[in-house]
Amino acid sequence: MLKNSFRLNDLLMTIIVWLSAALVVGAFLWLLSDLTLHGIAKLNWSFLVSAPENAGRDGGIGPILVSTLLILGVALLATIPLGLGTAVYLSEFTSGASARSIRMSLNVLAGVPSIVFGLFGNALFCIWLGLGFSILSGGLTLACMMLPIFIRSTEAGLSAVATEWRHGAAALGLTQAAALWHVLLPAAAPAIIAGLMLSIGRALAETAALIFTSGYVDRMPDSLSDSGRALSVHIYDLSMNVTGGDQSAYGSALVLIILLVVINNVAASLANRFLSQRITSS
Amino acid sequence: MMHDTKKLWRSAVLPTSYTLSNIEQGAACCVPIPQIQVENLSVSYHGKSVLEGVSLDINKGCITALIGPSGCGKTSFLSTLNRLTDLIPGCHMQGRINIDGVDVTDPRLDVLALRRKVGMIFQKPNPFPLSIRRNIEMPLREHGLRQRSAIDERVERALRDVGLWEEVRDRLDAPALALSGGQQQRLCIARALALEPSILLMDEPCSALDPIASAVVEELIQRLRNRYTVVIVTHNLAQARRVANFAAFFWMTERVGKLIEFGRCQSLFDSPSHDLTAAYVTGISG
Repeated sequence: MLKNSFRLNDLLMTIIVWLSAALVVGAFLWLLSDLTLHGIAKLNWSFLVSAPENAGRDGGIGPILVSTLLILGVALLATIPLGLGTAVYLSEFTSGASARSIRMSLNVLAGVPSIVFGLFGNALFCIWLGLGFSILSGGLTLACMMLPIFIRSTEAGLSAVATEWRHGAAALGLTQAAALWHVLLPAAAPAIIAGLMLSIGRALAETAALIFTSGYVDRMPDSLSDSGRALSVHIYDLSMNVTGGDQSAYGSALVLIILLVVINNVAASLANRFLSQRITSS
Repeated sequence: MMHDTKKLWRSAVLPTSYTLSNIEQGAACCVPIPQIQVENLSVSYHGKSVLEGVSLDINKGCITALIGPSGCGKTSFLSTLNRLTDLIPGCHMQGRINIDGVDVTDPRLDVLALRRKVGMIFQKPNPFPLSIRRNIEMPLREHGLRQRSAIDERVERALRDVGLWEEVRDRLDAPALALSGGQQQRLCIARALALEPSILLMDEPCSALDPIASAVVEELIQRLRNRYTVVIVTHNLAQARRVANFAAFFWMTERVGKLIEFGRCQSLFDSPSHDLTAAYVTGISG
């Protein structure tokens, strides 16, 4: 009798676990198939390269793709060095009160709604620093949002590196810089890459922060100080403000998802190559 | 007691000149020229004392085993010799340690140079996640060796010294972490030897290895005698007896580690002058 009830519990637990997994995967598949079904008709080369016409109902998303990639590029250029520096400082050079306060502020920053970042970016970059509505303002605002995620993940990766390696490096008389560069950072690379992926995901999905900083202009940008419309802003605009823009919105959303997958894969393979080179080259 | 044991081993050996000779078996091949002189050393973590009042001289070219139960401060003692204690938060040491006449407790000391001279091997083999070659090459480069041919030569010599060359010569660019545990430990020893240290600290270098790999590493340690001053922590009394010329027995009294007895390995095992030592080496306590 006792044995049976145990088996029943096991069965119940298995069902619950399977159901929740199926629910999550199902929701994702539904979203993906809905996007693909509605968007695939739009997806062709000319959609990717031509300029939007008739408020985006017709034409393509060429300039928007370019703006999106430029904004992301600016954000990454700001996030990676600053983030790595802060993470190294946190894990290797400080402990106690200052580290705790930095960590706490990062946690708070990670939870701040993006609209607040948008207003902050608008005030700081657009107005105070005089960058106006521009790709630069947008990218830097995104960097502010990406930094907490990237730093936490990198720092966790560095802290998880085995003490044996730290002590081994020190016992060989290596400087702290050499230990970091040759041992700790490569060993933490998977965590750093994961943090970068999360940050890129957040950046590409961001809409609210960009409306206030990089703006709506859907022309091809001439420089980083031009306003540029990001894909997410384009999707928002098409679905909320443009009647009859649904088809284009679906197409753009599908492109956004594909872009995310492509960037993730490229970054992962680059990181892999970098890593295996570091591990095997002489 | 301390004084007596010192006198005991000093009088027991005849000084001869120190040479890098071929390895002679047996306990009488190294000479009592102290290279490391420790005086009244105490170590504490966050104010809690773990080791108190240790004084001993460690002789050049000899193998000195540190024995005693877990937690009696052997590893702490070892870590003071290359100032690895600096890396442990809250660790504080007091007393004097002279290595070749230099006070290594001096806060102004160039610890990087000290650690180059005093290599360390850890309990768990810790090759870096790099290739076999780069594990040895990277520290060499960091210490200023740039010439390709010189580096290659040192890599090969270090690997030959630990008997790893024939096993890995055709896969020097393979990841070091793909080696077996015993090979990894020998690579770590090679990595330390490539920097041409004069002292090697070993913290239970065989305890994480299987018996066969352990025997290989132990034989290697034997071969290091005379060329390097070796200080080895081991829980394996038979091993201490086989490899060491001198032995230091640590014990916890009132929760603080103390050096109980120090002397020639053979006399410490065969005719210990302290009851605690006698009980420990015969397996009655510990």
